[in-house]
Amino acid sequence: MKKRNKCLAGMAAVALGMLSASSVVLAAGDTIKVGTFLSVTGPASFLGDPELKTLQMYIEDINAKGGIDGKQVELVHYDTGGNAKKAVNFAKRLIKRDKVDVIVGGSTSGSTLASMPEIEKSGVPFISLAGSVKIVDPVSPWTFKTPHTDRMAASKVYLDMQARGITKVALISGDGGFGKSGRAQSLALAPDFGITIVADESYGRKDTDMTAQVTNIRSSDAQAILNFGFGSGPAIVTKNIRQLGIELPLYQSHGVASKKFIDLAGDAAEGVRLPAAALLVADKLDDSDQQKAVLVAYKNAYEAKYGPVSTFGGHAYDGLYIALEAIDRANSTDKTAVRDQIEATKGFVGTSGIFTMSKDDHLGLGLDAFRMLEIRNGDWALVE
Amino acid sequence: MNRLKGFYVYAAVVALLPILFPDNYFVTVVGATILLNVILAVGLNLFIGYAGQISLGHAAFFGIGAYSSAVLTTRFELNAWLAMLVGLGLVYVIANLVARPILKLKGHYLAMATLGFGIIVNIILVQESSWSGGPDGLGDIPTLSLFGFDIDTDLRWYGMIAFFSLAAILVSLNIIDSRAGRELRAVHGSEFAAQMMGVDTVRTRTNVFVLSAMFASLAGSLFAHQQAFVSPESFGFGFSIEIVTMVVLGGMASTYGAVFGAIVLTLLPETLVVFEDYEMLIFGGILMGGMIFMPQGLFVFLTQKIRTVLNHRSGPSPKPQDAQKTLECDS
Amino acid sequence: MLSEVKLMFDQIIQFLATGLSIGSTYALVGLGFAIIYNASGVVNFAQGEFVMLGAMSVVGLLGAGVPYPLALLVAIAIVTLVGFSLNKFAIEPARGASVVATIIITIGASILLRGAALLIWGKDIFSMPAFTGDEPIQIGAATLVPQNLWIMGITVILVLGVRYFFDKTLIGKAILACSCNKTAAGLVGINVKLMLLTSYGLSAAIGAVAGLLIAPIAFTSFDAGTMLGLKGFAAAILGGMGSSMGAVAGGLVLGVLESLGAGLISSGYKDAIAFVIILAVLFFKPSGLFGFKSVDRV
Repeated sequence: MKKRNKCLAGMAAVALGMLSASSVVLAAGDTIKVGTFLSVTGPASFLGDPELKTLQMYIEDINAKGGIDGKQVELVHYDTGGNAKKAVNFAKRLIKRDKVDVIVGGSTSGSTLASMPEIEKSGVPFISLAGSVKIVDPVSPWTFKTPHTDRMAASKVYLDMQARGITKVALISGDGGFGKSGRAQSLALAPDFGITIVADESYGRKDTDMTAQVTNIRSSDAQAILNFGFGSGPAIVTKNIRQLGIELPLYQSHGVASKKFIDLAGDAAEGVRLPAAALLVADKLDDSDQQKAVLVAYKNAYEAKYGPVSTFGGHAYDGLYIALEAIDRANSTDKTAVRDQIEATKGFVGTSGIFTMSKDDHLGLGLDAFRMLEIRNGDWALVE
Repeated sequence: MNRLKGFYVYAAVVALLPILFPDNYFVTVVGATILLNVILAVGLNLFIGYAGQISLGHAAFFGIGAYSSAVLTTRFELNAWLAMLVGLGLVYVIANLVARPILKLKGHYLAMATLGFGIIVNIILVQESSWSGGPDGLGDIPTLSLFGFDIDTDLRWYGMIAFFSLAAILVSLNIIDSRAGRELRAVHGSEFAAQMMGVDTVRTRTNVFVLSAMFASLAGSLFAHQQAFVSPESFGFGFSIEIVTMVVLGGMASTYGAVFGAIVLTLLPETLVVFEDYEMLIFGGILMGGMIFMPQGLFVFLTQKIRTVLNHRSGPSPKPQDAQKTLECDS
Repeated sequence: MLSEVKLMFDQIIQFLATGLSIGSTYALVGLGFAIIYNASGVVNFAQGEFVMLGAMSVVGLLGAGVPYPLALLVAIAIVTLVGFSLNKFAIEPARGASVVATIIITIGASILLRGAALLIWGKDIFSMPAFTGDEPIQIGAATLVPQNLWIMGITVILVLGVRYFFDKTLIGKAILACSCNKTAAGLVGINVKLMLLTSYGLSAAIGAVAGLLIAPIAFTSFDAGTMLGLKGFAAAILGGMGSSMGAVAGGLVLGVLESLGAGLISSGYKDAIAFVIILAVLFFKPSGLFGFKSVDRV
């Protein structure tokens, strides 16, 4: 029995040690605390990585310029590795231990949806950087988001298909949250645009070859192919489609809106169309475009420091500035006041579009925020 | 009651912590996660540690429990406690069904079969989105309530999970000291010899497999209500491995070893998070180093160290046994 | 009617061809599992990481301006060294550890290697040029890219080579002797430690080759190895742990099952279908398709 007691004494010591470490509570001084939890590593790191870099870069910049109302901005960050369970715990940690004023984070829909119950319960303003329409529909009092939804992406693609007279579409999607959610929206919206889905295939995140699925699409009577997914999957699908000699128009989602996709898919990416934020074509926009100044500034700042820009980092830019401007307008970090001010965001020019939020709209973007792009000569081009 | 002395000390620590630090993130939030993992590790330890088997698919039972509670309370508005019981019943049936073919297998084949089972369950959770919510998961799960009290704060949840973790440890200790426990150890030592002594080894193994699955199911139900949200990624291969690691790193064949493992493996990532990109490198290194230098697990290592120190005066200590089991050639 | 049957038939030919190509990579990973298991009784869950390291090393070397063929060879050499170190620093010191303990050690190693790759190459996904271009080739009803043929061809050569190595060469036979009885092998003058080292190196090199072959088709990233590792383990078990040729057969069967499952039944459930079939096989043949019946220790 001696043995057990020894161990318990040890356990108690461990527990006490961890307590003393945590009792160094950070005094809530005269700073504005922005909390974030992002998928900086793991399968969705291509989202979380540019998002974190963007937040860090701009907060440094804001502080160098004297902060907000003379207050410095402090960023508290945790990496979820794409794990929803970790996201919930980190959200709690941000709220309870770090006592942040606002949360801008949640790279994936999974981690956002998982942490929403906790955040809503605690009443902290939260701007999500994830895509799913479920985050803001139905509207939850404390949760907002900046990226376009998957429903908007599907609508934008279908509008373009309508214009080209396409009525039969083969759908292929990844089996992660993004792909499944995009697939569900695509299936639900198709009838509204007079479109029939004639093939519905899917693939795993780490699959190495999608030829079998594409073979099935080849034998259907589809007039175009739509792929919802991110990571290496869409690039492999694109290559497999061209290898099997399928010449149908191929649409990808905003999940591949980074230069990386063109690098990976190479020549096979030629002619691929996708809905994406204007950021990718910032230089090619008309000078009269309202967004152009913001886009070019963000793109230049990011590329000077980190390399090729993606639309995902842009979501973090939008979220950060919507939050900070709301705090500035509210003139305090009172949670309810900040929340109300975020809801009152009007005509904010961001990278994803021009935001005008309201009580019933916690996204504040219209379909026109999406541009239809086509890959031509290894670069993005605007489809007129 | 002497054999429960350790248990009382553990219970006292668990009870004292939130009284001393009622609003501390590491106690109420991380602490609750630790206690939940204790239920899982103590349950799996019965199967791995005592029966000498392996399961790389235990997260599946955790998931079935969680999804039973989630689906039944949100879609069918069933009472949460009733849903928990239904989950336990479902896991009882499923575990019994898969035990028959799976437990015929040994060693790495058993590892593969349980791994496969875990992956299949996970794929079903991802694909059957009409009721499971798919990869986006299921939200708005109501919280538990007890005698009219809603368990709706972290502190209350800590208490609730602490209660079940204490119960789990108590059940585990009692089983080990019972006839069934002796049969288990006999199966671990030599299955053939145990059979000769009249132990129905297949039944013993099946029973302990089912029991440890039900521990996981219970933990799953608690998890679903605590988080108010479930999604398939919490119940994947990675988490199965994590539970096994808790048992093995803590110290196999010891209930307190499993408790120890759950504590260490829950705290470790929480601490390593400050290392950001280096987190994986360090975590992998600790895992390897831990197993290489303490193949019997942390618990045995520490107790032996302490004993060595205590016995230091009374002459040289016996060298700790480092080889537990050697692998035999298959043919 | 007839044309429909023809179409169906053509599709199945395509599924089989794709399946054999995917299966060949699983076969190589499975072969790596079998070699290490044979020599040391350890199931090496870091096997997938060898595959990833092979591909990532090539990408890194190409980025540094090393010519393509040389980069391939250097990458294999680097991964072989990693295999040596895994044996030297993780497996050898833990001799005598229980089966579960060695599983945790190799899982730790796989996390460590992934962490190292993350630090060296970052989180990006990288593409790698194909050995001989991307122009599709029509073979009967099936369309393949040249890389598919490279995968299958090199797999055949490697499998034959490994077979020859274990059946005909002295070192190969010595390794087999160690796997059967280490003490006896030591007594007849075989350097058991060296043989273990050799098998880890060989297994790592085969893993690296699998990585070089698959990356031009499926790209690579620091976390690309995990899934391939699991599939390789499944292949080795399906074939019967410890049987090299069984692992190869297991890999090919697994690849074809996945491809047929995705093509004919449901692409969402293709992995589940493959695993259900593996479980079914184990139910009737508890030691895999080509494994020996295990003997209980009394």
